[in-house]
Amino acid sequence: MNLWRGIKGSIQPFGITFRNIFRKPSTIQYPEQKRTPAPRFRARIILTRDPDGGERCVACYLCSAACPVDCISMQSAERPDGRRYATWFRINFSRCIFCGMCAEACPTLAIQMTPDYEFSKREPLTLVYEKEDLLVDHGGKDNEYNYYRHAGIGVVNPRGGNPDEAPPVDIRTNLP
Amino acid sequence: MIDLLTVVIILVKLILILGVILTLAAYLVFAERRILGRMQLRLGPNRVGPFGLLQPLADVIKLLTKEDFLPSQADKWLFLLAPGMASITAILAFAVVPFSPPLHLFGREIPMVVCDLNVGVLYFLALSSLAVYGVALGGWASNSKYSLLGGIRGLAQLISYELSMGLSLVPVVLMARSFSLTDIVLAQSPLPFAILNPVAFLIFMISIAAESKRIPFDIPEAENELVAGYHTEYSGMRFGLFFVGEYINVIILSSMTTVFFLGGWSGPLLPPLIWFFLKMLAVSFFFIWMRGTLPRLRYDQLMHFGWKFLIPLSLLNVIATGAVLLAIR
Repeated sequence: MNLWRGIKGSIQPFGITFRNIFRKPSTIQYPEQKRTPAPRFRARIILTRDPDGGERCVACYLCSAACPVDCISMQSAERPDGRRYATWFRINFSRCIFCGMCAEACPTLAIQMTPDYEFSKREPLTLVYEKEDLLVDHGGKDNEYNYYRHAGIGVVNPRGGNPDEAPPVDIRTNLP
Repeated sequence: MIDLLTVVIILVKLILILGVILTLAAYLVFAERRILGRMQLRLGPNRVGPFGLLQPLADVIKLLTKEDFLPSQADKWLFLLAPGMASITAILAFAVVPFSPPLHLFGREIPMVVCDLNVGVLYFLALSSLAVYGVALGGWASNSKYSLLGGIRGLAQLISYELSMGLSLVPVVLMARSFSLTDIVLAQSPLPFAILNPVAFLIFMISIAAESKRIPFDIPEAENELVAGYHTEYSGMRFGLFFVGEYINVIILSSMTTVFFLGGWSGPLLPPLIWFFLKMLAVSFFFIWMRGTLPRLRYDQLMHFGWKFLIPLSLLNVIATGAVLLAIR
């Protein structure tokens, strides 16, 4: 019985491999044939804009903190109207592992992943993308979302000067 | 006695055989990669030239332009010599292969074999045993643990299958009553020996699978355990020689299977030379098919299989064939 199973087990696979010769290979020949990636495919990162054209990024550093390979760096600043922005924003794509943590961490939907995976380069330094390379003219996956509409447009300095806003509470007044 | 024309004919035969064998070996590599690819639902190399047919050329150029690396502690001369041993022994065995019956050209008979030795079988067995020197010396001279283990395994494998391979050829010699390969082919005129003596054929096929050091018997170069076994330290064309030697070995072993068991050049309709090549390519395809199908045996499994099963079986087969032949006579 055992011997028979051994013999059968060494002969049967020959039939399977022979049948496979006549089956269609599952190879996609890349440069000529391309598969369309899913809409949420994680590839080249972009910085999106509001519907009214302003930068969504508020330079909160959350993406930079979430990045497991530390490939995102930026410098935050504040405009006179209180709106925060990044004076420079840099992603080193030669380090990026396209995990999507930055896009998940982003509170303003500014940083997003696109399905564009074909941007390999010969020179590693050309893979360091600056803010102007990352910024796009559309809202990415959600064109309607406008962070400042929710968080209060026109943040003034000092805080609490907006029409429907109360000034920040001075915590010391709560002390006994 | 030997006139100029005879010398020229011999030289032309040598050049033809060498050219055809080397081209065939290069394209066997290509065919193996394509067929293996299809068996694994891939395409295989199809980029260089139409259908990838220039891939062997690209590989040769790549191997020739790579650095020929010599490990610092290696035994220099043996290290440099071993790849040659592996391929030369395989090429030399073609001297006794009869490709077709003698041709009649320019009013003289030209035998389609370089040298019809009357001990052709022994010559083939001797060369196939010598081939393991390339493995053993290459493994030893590299001064690397993996290479050494590969070389040792090569030797251990040799003593396990070589006996049964020799013994499986004894019934062939008994039935043909000759050691000459031409006579062996002629003796198979009604029925090939593969049908007359299937046990010997089976043992021979298993033994040459071990002899060729390919899956399922590629124990000396087991990638998963020994990096690349005996040719771990080789690079460039020296690795290429080992590699091409393996495929020339496949071709010579397929030719020998054709000669010993499949009736050599004999066959209906087509010219004898075509029949020979068709049979040889069919056996070569079986080698590739086997590589795509079976897993690698363990080192001790091969030894057990060789010593405890194949050798007793082939001994019994020798005795049985001898008894039957004696009874018939």
